Amino acid sequence: MKICFLLRVALQFVHEMQHKAQKNFDASRDRSLPVFGVGVAFIDESAIFPVPSHEVDKAIQDMNLIVSNLAPPKKELHVVPIENIYSSDSSDGRSRLKELLDAVSDATGKEDLRLHLRMLCLQKIAFENGYNKLVLGSCTSRIACHVISATVKGQGYSLPADIQYVDSRWEIPVVLPLRDCLAQELNILCRIDSLKTVEVLNGSCSGINGLVSSFITLLQEENPSRECTIVRTAGKLTPFHFNKIPDSLDSDVHLASQRRHKKFNIKPNKSISPESFCPICNSPLNKSDMLSLSSLESCQMSADTFGASCCPSCQFQILPKDSSSMEHFCSILPQPLISRAKDGSCGNQSWLREQIQDCLLSDSGDET
Amino acid sequence: MEVAEAKSKKAGPRQCSTCNERRAALKRPKTLEQICRECFYAVFEEEIHQVIVENQLFKPGERIAIGASGGKDSTVLAYVLSELNRRHNYGLDLFLLSVDEGITGYRDDSLETVKRNEIQYGLPLKVVSYKDLYGWTMDEIVKMIGLKNNCTFCGVFRRQALDRGAAMLKVDKLATGHNADDIAETVLLNILRGDIARLSRCTSITTGEDGPIPRCKPFKYTYEKEIVMYAYFKRLDYFSTECIYSPNAYRGFAREFIKDLERIRPRAILDIIKSGENFRISTSAKMPEQGTCERCGYISSQKWCKACVLLDGLNRGLPKLGIGRARGLNNGLEKDSKQTNGTKNIQSKQCGTLDF
Repeated sequence: MKICFLLRVALQFVHEMQHKAQKNFDASRDRSLPVFGVGVAFIDESAIFPVPSHEVDKAIQDMNLIVSNLAPPKKELHVVPIENIYSSDSSDGRSRLKELLDAVSDATGKEDLRLHLRMLCLQKIAFENGYNKLVLGSCTSRIACHVISATVKGQGYSLPADIQYVDSRWEIPVVLPLRDCLAQELNILCRIDSLKTVEVLNGSCSGINGLVSSFITLLQEENPSRECTIVRTAGKLTPFHFNKIPDSLDSDVHLASQRRHKKFNIKPNKSISPESFCPICNSPLNKSDMLSLSSLESCQMSADTFGASCCPSCQFQILPKDSSSMEHFCSILPQPLISRAKDGSCGNQSWLREQIQDCLLSDSGDET
Repeated sequence: MEVAEAKSKKAGPRQCSTCNERRAALKRPKTLEQICRECFYAVFEEEIHQVIVENQLFKPGERIAIGASGGKDSTVLAYVLSELNRRHNYGLDLFLLSVDEGITGYRDDSLETVKRNEIQYGLPLKVVSYKDLYGWTMDEIVKMIGLKNNCTFCGVFRRQALDRGAAMLKVDKLATGHNADDIAETVLLNILRGDIARLSRCTSITTGEDGPIPRCKPFKYTYEKEIVMYAYFKRLDYFSTECIYSPNAYRGFAREFIKDLERIRPRAILDIIKSGENFRISTSAKMPEQGTCERCGYISSQKWCKACVLLDGLNRGLPKLGIGRARGLNNGLEKDSKQTNGTKNIQSKQCGTLDF
């Protein structure tokens, strides 16, 4: 099993786990601790933020040093430019990405779209390199901000999906081991253990996200347990069925590669549940917001049907308002987003079909 | 020439985007549309009418009390409700219900406003006073306990006073002037405090349906700014001074945050309410079971209701009884009641307007 991830403490933590398991294995071939591989992924977003190239190079160099200085087993560092979400053979990925983001007029929407694209890119790296899990370094402070900003954006329904330890609605399940650690504590830990960190220049938050983050900072100063309370409150909201490790991944480690193969072919999540997801942010859709979706009978994706399959929040802050810009916007979306929309509507349709299968008289019962 | 023309076009009177006839007089806070006064009145009143109809807030023949403090929210509520009642034949008997906390220089003046509203809108007014109900005025309470925790007493007493007043009026329901900003603030505060039980019900438009007198909020989706605008353009007679015992009550972190949000994205207020309505909260997070107070018979989850505990403390000369974590009959009350005035808090309306 291989794991791919982001933050320094998470790296150290996973490294120590891996190291211990390996030592254990080498000493006695004891398999009580599963042995796994680790890789590090870094998304280079300089296509979006003009950062002097020597600064990016320096950051990557530093990261390389950190990763290579960890004791064996060796960890691979994947540095991937964000425009890679467009298939790597298309050379105009960078300009299409720029065009896509320029088409979003709302500052918050632009920022959120960037985050969704980053996740897409991480998923791609993990998938292409055969990793089984994606570890993110999201800490309590970061999640507290997400709780409030999701609330402010009207995403109360889907919020619990994003803040659990496990999120397997993605091809490669995402895990958040640092959910219960405050940013301050992580900083202190890095200082005490002299863990070298890298400052990544990704531009500061503006709009709603910036406002929320300064609000949380203010509250945290007034009461040091505020961030924890926020995350604990949101933790009491009911999670979704995909907020646990899929059974197929839980059991024996030896068959990991075999199973990996199988898993991607059968797409287990889609057949289990009628849940529909927003093709842009991948958040589960509330039934009451899906009324417009029921008309999406065919698997043809026009700009209008794409728009209707998005959550109200993305519709408001990311999608263009007039139909001609909407058509253009859809034409420059990266392929994974488009196929997610198709999967969503057709997946849902086929699930519905399954329910009534026994009552259908012919195989081609639908007249679409 | 072209520049001059462009300039005059910019500065010239803009047409109302709704009727395209009259001059636009204001930018609607909720949507930022530029509209005329008449269209503003129409859309403001129509939205409230729709909320009332869609949520079936009232039934024909019901007696409804409007919690009236003399402030902008309740004054506009009284005006709009009596207007809509006439226009759409709701068939309601409307009453004004005020609480006299006994605060010289504040409530006596605002009550004068409510008395004028009684005549202006032709709605019968009932005033219940702390002195009559509890034997204490807020002036006397503050004299005894000082300016610490006084808002706790006032908030607890007011809640019960409104219920008792409503019972005296024999009304079926109590309508309060809580607006969208108040509800959005309450959603955020409940997240910040970790109060999942209150979070699950704070966006309900009607509450207390299991109790003696349900309460409803016809302004649930109405922006505070639009209420002020409506009162301003209609020149409604309302009272806008802050309570003398709770200065700066409107300066809370959460309130300021909401105002900042509204500035960059007006619909954020509605989005917060929507989030509150859609939170997936399992039914296991329930409110404590309701019983009745052994002393006064009011609804209470404890042996004695909170008002009786506080009152007992006052009468025995132990005013801290029932405040904060101090041990009292019910072994301490909510943490949130131990706040001090003057210091900036996450919550804005310490004076208990939110409990109305």
